[in-house]
Amino acid sequence: MSKTLFDKIWDAHVVKSVEGGQDVLYIDRHFIHEVTSPQAFDGLRQRNIPVFRTKNTVATADHNVPTLNQHLPINDPLGRFQVEKLTENCNEFGVDLYGLGHRWQGIVHVIGPELGITQPGMTIVCGDSHTSTHGAFGTIAFGIGTSQVEQVLASQCLLLKRPKRMRITVDGELAGGVVSKDIILYIISKLSAAGGTGYFVEYAGSAIRSLSMEARMTICNMSIEMGARGGLIAPDDTTFEYVRGREFAPQGADFEAAVAKWRTLFSDPDAVFDKEYHYKAEDIAPMVTYGTNPGMGIPVTASVPTAPAEGDSVASFEKSLGYMGFTPGEQILGKKISHVFIGSCTNSRIEDLRLAAKFVQGKQKAPHVSAMIVPGSKQVEAQAKAEGLDKIFTAAGFEFREPGCSACLGMNEDKVPAGEYCVSTSNRNFEGRQGPGARTILASPLTAVAAAVAGEIVDVRNN
Amino acid sequence: MFEIIDVIKKMEKFTHIVSTAVPLPIEDVDTDQIIPARFLKATTREGFGKNLFCDWRYNADGSPKSDFVLNNPTYSGKILVAGKNFGCGSSREHAAWALTDYGFKVVVSSFFADIFRGNALNNGLLPVQVSPAFLHEMFTAIEADPQTKFIVSLEHQTIAIPGTEREEQFDIDPFRKVCMLNGYDDIDFLLSLKDEIEQFEQGKEVLNEKAVA
Ligand code: SF4
Repeated sequence: MSKTLFDKIWDAHVVKSVEGGQDVLYIDRHFIHEVTSPQAFDGLRQRNIPVFRTKNTVATADHNVPTLNQHLPINDPLGRFQVEKLTENCNEFGVDLYGLGHRWQGIVHVIGPELGITQPGMTIVCGDSHTSTHGAFGTIAFGIGTSQVEQVLASQCLLLKRPKRMRITVDGELAGGVVSKDIILYIISKLSAAGGTGYFVEYAGSAIRSLSMEARMTICNMSIEMGARGGLIAPDDTTFEYVRGREFAPQGADFEAAVAKWRTLFSDPDAVFDKEYHYKAEDIAPMVTYGTNPGMGIPVTASVPTAPAEGDSVASFEKSLGYMGFTPGEQILGKKISHVFIGSCTNSRIEDLRLAAKFVQGKQKAPHVSAMIVPGSKQVEAQAKAEGLDKIFTAAGFEFREPGCSACLGMNEDKVPAGEYCVSTSNRNFEGRQGPGARTILASPLTAVAAAVAGEIVDVRNN
Repeated sequence: MFEIIDVIKKMEKFTHIVSTAVPLPIEDVDTDQIIPARFLKATTREGFGKNLFCDWRYNADGSPKSDFVLNNPTYSGKILVAGKNFGCGSSREHAAWALTDYGFKVVVSSFFADIFRGNALNNGLLPVQVSPAFLHEMFTAIEADPQTKFIVSLEHQTIAIPGTEREEQFDIDPFRKVCMLNGYDDIDFLLSLKDEIEQFEQGKEVLNEKAVA
């Protein structure tokens, strides 16, 4: 029988099916971090049970870490306590931790792939919605709540209902200045912030196939922003070459054997999807958001809509524009901005930094803009330094920080002040996401870096 | 060494609720609004209720915003009624903890984000998905009389607007329903499958031989 890629992987992980349509799904890899795990470890303690499979579990500290002076104790006592708690829990339960100070520390969705822990055909979970990132390798990867973190720690399994399948095909060639972040912002603007709810998405088509692993991760990362549980891309030679030789990847003959199996991971030609969408790469322009959810995106040359999208209420639309300080019909090009954030699990990989550095080389940021580059991991940071990218950024007036989630979520010290505009390569423009009152405009690293130089929103195709 | 002991944080049993409701007619309420990230530094599940909807509820100086519904004494109750796509965004279970800690037992919306729905069910908070028309009628009923007491029966999977003939059936996964009615959580069930899980691990075609550690 023909199967989708999703079903092939899911079926291979069902321990048993329970009456009423739930499956007990085996989880190959479980990533944990300081914010969503302490209550789960407490639960294990209360039950007096161990972590069932420590070898399938990896921890890092990312959400709450400072991006300056990481060698010093964390200033904020609550944040420090949470990070220390993670260390204690990992020690007590025997879980490997790549925490602050470790050469592999970084944003959980950056380090999994770069260490080769993420491999095709796996099931991967983490108490973080952007776990969907790992789907770029042809895995079923999705975010879970803390009760489920506890379940996985206790049993390496989850009780789940199989989601429906959606395929989004993007064919054709991207225009210059248009990158993978624009593809996903475009797709979400078409489907809305809820359009994928109940589905697991497979991204396909020639435009997707031509992307690097970094660019594919950016796409899968934001699957959750249209409500989908996750997104995945069939693995191919690009995937295998990325995984080859990495720390935890199979080596030598084992690797070749693994690749032979990974080559069976694709949707059969006549596999049936519950929903399909087709887009043309040529139709995609550099994208920016104007509102307070990631579905509120427009081409950078367009103006702010004058009415809510179909099915949305006028009240919510007006509340959103009011928060952003935009008026209906206003041009977004030329909008003055004061902050630029290049980082987060969406766009903090070496390729993103190279792209930004190439653009700013020999240029200067606008005087009124504060611009921050936050690499996704210690390894990305080291690579960027080895290539001299940090020097290019600092010469252009950017700050080059240490790795972490940083200004993506307004939890650590890095926040955008109330009322100010920030062009951000992160994934969420919710009210207050980057700090109370902060106004976030989501964009690609290229659009972000161009905005930093111009001091306003510009079309990178003309810069 | 792997024993199931019976002292566990069992959820409260849920059968039915009769309560007034708090209206929040806003769409796409994301979990960053329900509980902003800066409050996620706690390492226990308690105490999130005071920061529920913090940035909508309080001014920067900590004083309550008079125009936010939780600060309006006219509205109270164990039911929150919200616009579509409630709970989108971050997977933080803290959102469910904040709602239950505040005192909500039921959230009604015409559409829920997946992860939030699961988190709510894992914490004894019932997500009731109704049709857009019924949601509208609930808002109208609350507006007409904030003392309107809605009747939610998990057993019959119904929600009713008193004083009208209006009643709607809602869906809930049969397994989840049994868990909520009895106060079970998934973990007890999963722990009881230990032998089957180990068997599965042995029979599993190992695609990825090398473990992390
Ligand atoms: S970078 Fe942002 S979205 Fe990604 S894991 Fe960290 S907080 Fe979440």
